[in-house]
Amino acid sequence: MKEKLVLIGNGMAGVRTIEELLKIAPDKYEITVFGAEPYGNYNRIMLSPVLAGDKTIDEIMINDLQWYQDNGITLHAGKEVVSIDRKERKVIADDGTEAEYDRLLLATGSNPFILPVPGNDLDGVIGFRDIQDVESMLEAARKHKHAVVIGGGLLGLEAANGLMLQGMSVTVIHLMDTLMERQLDEPAAKMLQKELEDKGLHFLMGAETEAIIGHDRVEKVRLKDGTEIYADLVVMAVGIRPNIELAKKAGIHVERGIVVNDTLQTFDPRIYAVGECVQHRGQTYGLVAPLFEMAKVCANHLAMMGIGRYEGSVTSTKLKVTGIDLFSAGDFIGDENTEELVFQDAARGVYRKLVLENNRIKGVVMYGDTIDGSWYFDLMRDGTDITDFRESILFGQAHLGDSGHGEANRVANMDDSAEICGCNGVCKGDIIKAITDKKLFTLEEVRAHTKASSSCGSCTGLVEAILASTVGGDYSVAPHLKPVCGCTDKTHDEVKAAIRDLELKSVREVMDKLEWKNEDGCAKCRPALNYYVIATWPKEGLDDYQSRFINERVHANIQKDGTYSVIPRMWGGGTTPDELRAIADVAEKFNVRTVHVTGGQRIALYGLKKEQLPVVWKEFNKRGMVSGHAYGKALRTVKTCVGKEWCRFGTQDSTHIGIELEKMTWGSWTPHKFKMAASGCPRNCAEATIKDFGVVCVDSGYELHIGGNGGIKVRATDLLCTVKTEEEVLEYCAAFMQLYREDAHYLERTAPWVERVGLTYIKERLIDDEEGRKELAERFRYSQQFAQDDPWAERAEGADAHEFTPIKKVG
Amino acid sequence: MTDHDWIEIGVLDDIPRLGARIVERSEGDIAVFRTADDEVFAVRDKCPHKGGPLSQGIVSGKVVTCPLHNWNIQLDNGEAVAPDEGCAATYPVRLEGDRIFLSLTPNEGCPNT
Ligand code: SRM
Ligand SMILES: Cc1cc2nc3c(=O)[nH]c(=O)nc-3n(C[C@H](O)[C@H](O)[C@H](O)COP(=O)(O)OP(=O)(O)OC[C@H]3O[C@@H](n4cnc5c(N)ncnc54)[C@H](O)[C@@H]3O)c2cc1C
Ligand code: SF4
Ligand code: FES
Repeated sequence: MKEKLVLIGNGMAGVRTIEELLKIAPDKYEITVFGAEPYGNYNRIMLSPVLAGDKTIDEIMINDLQWYQDNGITLHAGKEVVSIDRKERKVIADDGTEAEYDRLLLATGSNPFILPVPGNDLDGVIGFRDIQDVESMLEAARKHKHAVVIGGGLLGLEAANGLMLQGMSVTVIHLMDTLMERQLDEPAAKMLQKELEDKGLHFLMGAETEAIIGHDRVEKVRLKDGTEIYADLVVMAVGIRPNIELAKKAGIHVERGIVVNDTLQTFDPRIYAVGECVQHRGQTYGLVAPLFEMAKVCANHLAMMGIGRYEGSVTSTKLKVTGIDLFSAGDFIGDENTEELVFQDAARGVYRKLVLENNRIKGVVMYGDTIDGSWYFDLMRDGTDITDFRESILFGQAHLGDSGHGEANRVANMDDSAEICGCNGVCKGDIIKAITDKKLFTLEEVRAHTKASSSCGSCTGLVEAILASTVGGDYSVAPHLKPVCGCTDKTHDEVKAAIRDLELKSVREVMDKLEWKNEDGCAKCRPALNYYVIATWPKEGLDDYQSRFINERVHANIQKDGTYSVIPRMWGGGTTPDELRAIADVAEKFNVRTVHVTGGQRIALYGLKKEQLPVVWKEFNKRGMVSGHAYGKALRTVKTCVGKEWCRFGTQDSTHIGIELEKMTWGSWTPHKFKMAASGCPRNCAEATIKDFGVVCVDSGYELHIGGNGGIKVRATDLLCTVKTEEEVLEYCAAFMQLYREDAHYLERTAPWVERVGLTYIKERLIDDEEGRKELAERFRYSQQFAQDDPWAERAEGADAHEFTPIKKVG
Repeated sequence: MTDHDWIEIGVLDDIPRLGARIVERSEGDIAVFRTADDEVFAVRDKCPHKGGPLSQGIVSGKVVTCPLHNWNIQLDNGEAVAPDEGCAATYPVRLEGDRIFLSLTPNEGCPNT
């Protein structure tokens, strides 16, 4: 017999919880839903665009009645629950309908706060909360002229804008001197007010409402100073109050909201609560993103999986008024311990303020150009130390270069046919269609359905912007600490610590000890775990073959047609007639279709069949050539220029240092691929300043550069230090690589890693702490003892033979 | 299905756990998978997305992740895991002790292209 789950409140948080629950435990409960509103479940946020005439009610339905039927859910739409009988475990609705529960979920949302002034119950005085309110407003707009909105916050301004677009003359009455004072500082608020006035709204600032006057219907609003304003419609948008009456009556502990713990459980263990009606760690929320986070955790506990905690949310604000771009998050006012960075370009109507404490972002306000909002928000949430790019941070992320995208892309002005994701060929129209047809809400969902932003990720900002303009808000909740994947709630750092502290030496052991939700993990976590195991335990760790991506399993790169490419190492980018002859011979012998000089100073052969690989390798081995690891999350190439030996400007032997670096580091596994280069002078012909580790020779020695990237997002290196001898170059390189191997998350390249932990931290570990540096280098060399076997040689000798032969040939 | 359909292709230990081998055919290869608990499944070695060789993917549970663009294909029915849509033909497999028998007549449901 299924257990019975009853949901009170057919709104955004409650139904989201049910959706999450159906995903993980579809058959656990017989579900009954009570909703006071007579519809399915709709996207409340989009009421503003409905009012503004940009959307219809139909377009904002998330789940229609059919959905409830399809999922076997009993919906009592239009029935308000009036009491909960906790002893008998049943709920009773206003029409007498009863439903028993084993578990009860409260998601009653909140109510608009109605000012306690005379006349507040007149016809034409409403809040802005549900479809009915919007319908009243639309009707008023058809019949009447004058509207007054009380409250110049987010909701009030969206209501005012919508009513204006419906043809009413609108006055906003606001108690404070600036608009949206909880979300904006004064300069931004003034810019906003000016822009809204230009659009045609009227404002009365610092104005307190005294009474609403009228006979049957509202006629005027009177202020404390005696001013009277004509009004055929008054919208109260002065705040919301968690809807806790029902819970309170049932004796459930409430304060400002229904009090819940980190598993969203109320004081009655059978009763859970989510959404705006709850109070968690003293906090109540009025935005969707945190509610969706709650929904996820709550569903998990309802499914009896018992993992996951809700630990509170950091929220950000956007205003859904077309043509107005504003963003704010965190504490943007600051205090005596904080400092401010401000950028203002009045002509372009752009304003940005960051509030910093100890070089970490505490709050952000942006006006006019908000493309970098999510970047600042991420930095804030991650507590990143921004010291190293403080002088340029206000210019945003785009100046760091992302292969020419960035600012140029203005989503709103784009055609539906504009290509957003260059990797997967996804256009703006495709994304919008998927969002509306499939009812997508989060970046992750858009990625899964359209593939946009799922490959190189450089279009993520654009996809987020499209999402925001289509569903009205950025729901992409990246919880403060991201789990490795859906198989666990543990973060990369927690997993790494466990592998070290609990001495876990195989992928299987890690998944068992850390209670992985999916027995075998998935294609995302297993390669990560395998890397962590072998990087932590180079000698004893079990390298789990089946947890490696095909390229690392067969030591070649898979191509689109299922054939493979083979790239032998060319030490330091140099070669010899013998090696070239070997390559030519192999290419001829195996009829290789394409021979290509790679971007990494070596030569690749394309189009080999899997079963040919061992023979090809044997051939190369015989001629003294080994695997180039062009396929691995591993040391790739070390590019060099000819340096002092030939070049008239060369200051040191860059070719030699390149070869030494490659000899020392080849075969090592790293969190992501690792590339190096050495140039003979600052002309830098080997492009060492866009490599993970680069050496630029100078007259006095060697400049060591770190954290560069030439790929999706170009990042020039940071200068680590200058050293005098080749030995030091090698030691610093080994230490840097080891620090990266131990510290970074799997699939995090040095560039984002350096940006995450900060150059200062890396300098502390490698320069200030000499002893520590030597130990790191030592650990690197130790681990290399177990890594420097040519994988081609082993397989040419017959290792993993099953990988290269069919089990059977037929026909 | 008639009996002479079945061909013996090898024994369980020929396939690594959470791995696959292929049966090579002129009409197109068939990937034979072995799960962690020694179930064996046979799927056309051609991803419904762009034809990637499924035999080369990472196996977890009863799902293989295509090596080319990470679609997840269910081994028991050949269907792509939502939100991706498409399916690859599957083939009947029978175990006798540790001997593996495969039928070359695909199960109904997915197109065998
Ligand atoms: C073979 C080669 C292209 C060529 O024919 O020249 C190549 C081929 C691939 N690159 Fe590359 N990259 C090659 C040089 C580069 C370079 C140039 C360089 O190394 O100086 C870059 C920019 C430098 C850099 O990495 O910072 C480069 C930046 C990328 C990126 C973006 C990485 C980033 O962090 O932004 C990817 C995607 C990824 O790794 O996720 C990528 C991924 C790939 C993959 C692995 C795509 C894939 O997943 O299948 C391609 C494998 C094809 C294959 O089977 O060989 N490749 N790739 C080059 C091999 C060099 C070598 O000798 O090993
Ligand atoms: C106009 C507008 C614009 C908004 N814009 C944004 C935005 O841009 N970004 C953002 O993040 N958030 C926005 N919000 C806030 C967001 O909509 C809410 O945070 C969210 O809807 C709250 O979800 P909930 O499930 O807690 O409450 P609700 O969605 O309000 O659901 C509660 C439901 O419970 C029902 N109910 C209550 N009591 C009972 C009972 N006793 N029996 C049966 N049913 C009952 C109510 O009728 C209601 O349908 C906006 C809100 C409004 C009104
Ligand atoms: S080789 Fe690199 S740049 Fe060229 S198509 Fe492949 S991933 Fe893209
Ligand atoms: S071919 Fe399999 S995912 Fe693209």
